[in-house]
This record gives sequence, C-alpha cells and structure tokens, in this order.
Amino acid sequence: MTIGLNHYLVVSIMLFCVGLFGVIVRRNLLVIYMGLELMLNAANLALVAFSRFNDNLDGQVFVFFIITVAAAEVAVGLALIVALYRKRQTVHAEDLTTLRL
Amino acid sequence: MSATFVMLAVLTVVSAVAVMLLRNLVHCALALAVTFAGLAGIYLQLNAQFVGFAQLLVYVGAVAILIVFAILLTRGREPPLQSVFSGSAIVGFGIAIVVFAVLATMTLSSRALGMEKPGEANASVAQIGEQLMTRYILPLEVAGLLLTVALIGAVIIAMRDKEPE
Repeated sequence: MTIGLNHYLVVSIMLFCVGLFGVIVRRNLLVIYMGLELMLNAANLALVAFSRFNDNLDGQVFVFFIITVAAAEVAVGLALIVALYRKRQTVHAEDLTTLRL
Repeated sequence: MSATFVMLAVLTVVSAVAVMLLRNLVHCALALAVTFAGLAGIYLQLNAQFVGFAQLLVYVGAVAILIVFAILLTRGREPPLQSVFSGSAIVGFGIAIVVFAVLATMTLSSRALGMEKPGEANASVAQIGEQLMTRYILPLEVAGLLLTVALIGAVIIAMRDKEPE
C-alpha cells in the first residue's frame, strides 16, 4: 500500500479534532492552550502534505510564516496566562466568570 | 516508506490524545513535546527538511520549554480534586466527532485528491531561502516586526505590576 495525500490529510484532521476536543472540554487554561497549538500544527501538516504532493514550494513557505506567528502567539498567550494567575490565583476557565451576566 | 509513516502517525496521534486526557500538567507538556517531535518526523519523511528542522527548533526546543515554565509559574496551591474535564465533556466529544466526520468526508471526496503531480518534489532549503528572499521578502520583514512586537508585549504583560503607593 502506498501512502498518498489522503493518509496525511486524515492524520491532520485527527490531530485537529483531538485539539478541538481538548479546547472544548478541558478546565485548565494551559491545556486549552496546548489544544490550540495542536490545531495549528494540524493545519501545518496539511499544508506540507499538499506542498509535497503538488510539487509546489508555496505551502512550505506558508508553514514557515505560520510557525513564526504561532511563536509570537505562544509568547503573548503564556504571558497573559501568567499575568492572569498573578491577579486571580487561578488558571481554571470556570473560575474566570467576571464577564458573565 | 509506508512503515515509517504509520509509526510516526500513530506516535503523533496517540501522544496528542494523551495531552488531552492526562491529569498531570507536566505529563501533558511532555506528551505535547512528543507530538511535536512526531510531526517533525512526518515533515522529514515528506521530504520537507526546512520545515521539519524549524518545527524541531521552534516547537520542541522553545514552545514546549515555555509551556513547562508557564506550568511552573502557575502551580496552584491546592491540587485540583475535581475531574480535569468540564461538565460539557460529552458535548465536546460529540462536537469533535461530528467535526471529524464532516472534515474527513468532505476532504476524501474532494476532486483535488486525484490531481497530485506524481513528480518527486524536491524542496531544498536553498530554494525556500531564495523564495523567502525574493518573492516573500515583505512578509518576511513583517514577520520579523511581529516577533519584535510580541517579544516586547510579552515582557510588558508578564512584568510584575508596581504596587500603588
């Protein structure tokens, strides 16, 4: 059996859905954050697979920019979580209900 | 070729599931590092050396370590005794399954799948560098600016507030 584009895409979709599941059901902000990273990586995997199987470099350049933006997002996001913990002494999403009516 | 892919894919997906199911945060972070490493392996297996090594450097090297630091800085005083899942776990599982079904059917039935070019893509690092320096020079500069802004912003956000006197 040869491995084709569809196998890579299925792995990518599985990663995306696992990340989505974590974002929806976990309580801890850090784990929600890890789920977001998983979803970003799933998109990267799909792009690299398309780039490889269509003989096109643009996908890989795009992945490079996504990795850059994700790195910036990691820095700011983790700083936000740490600042939040300092103010509220909690990183559980259910304790952060200030905006609830 | 196919055995490598299967092993890497299983490793990646299983560790991703572990990230979402494990109770201990440090274990989650370690499983996440394994997921990133597995993805880097898949990229290398896809003949994408540049992206593979960038993934290793940025994700396994930097992001995983940053997350571990964030875990250390936000250690709660009391260990959480309740479940790690919120009350909507069933709903979340259902949503994830539905999204998976929709994405998989749509992707696998799309006509783009049959149109792959059979040629061996040879995306060398030199070619990507050339593209980055010619066609994508403006996005590259913007990315650099974005990283600088994010760096300064992260420092300012995480800086300890001065106590009002």
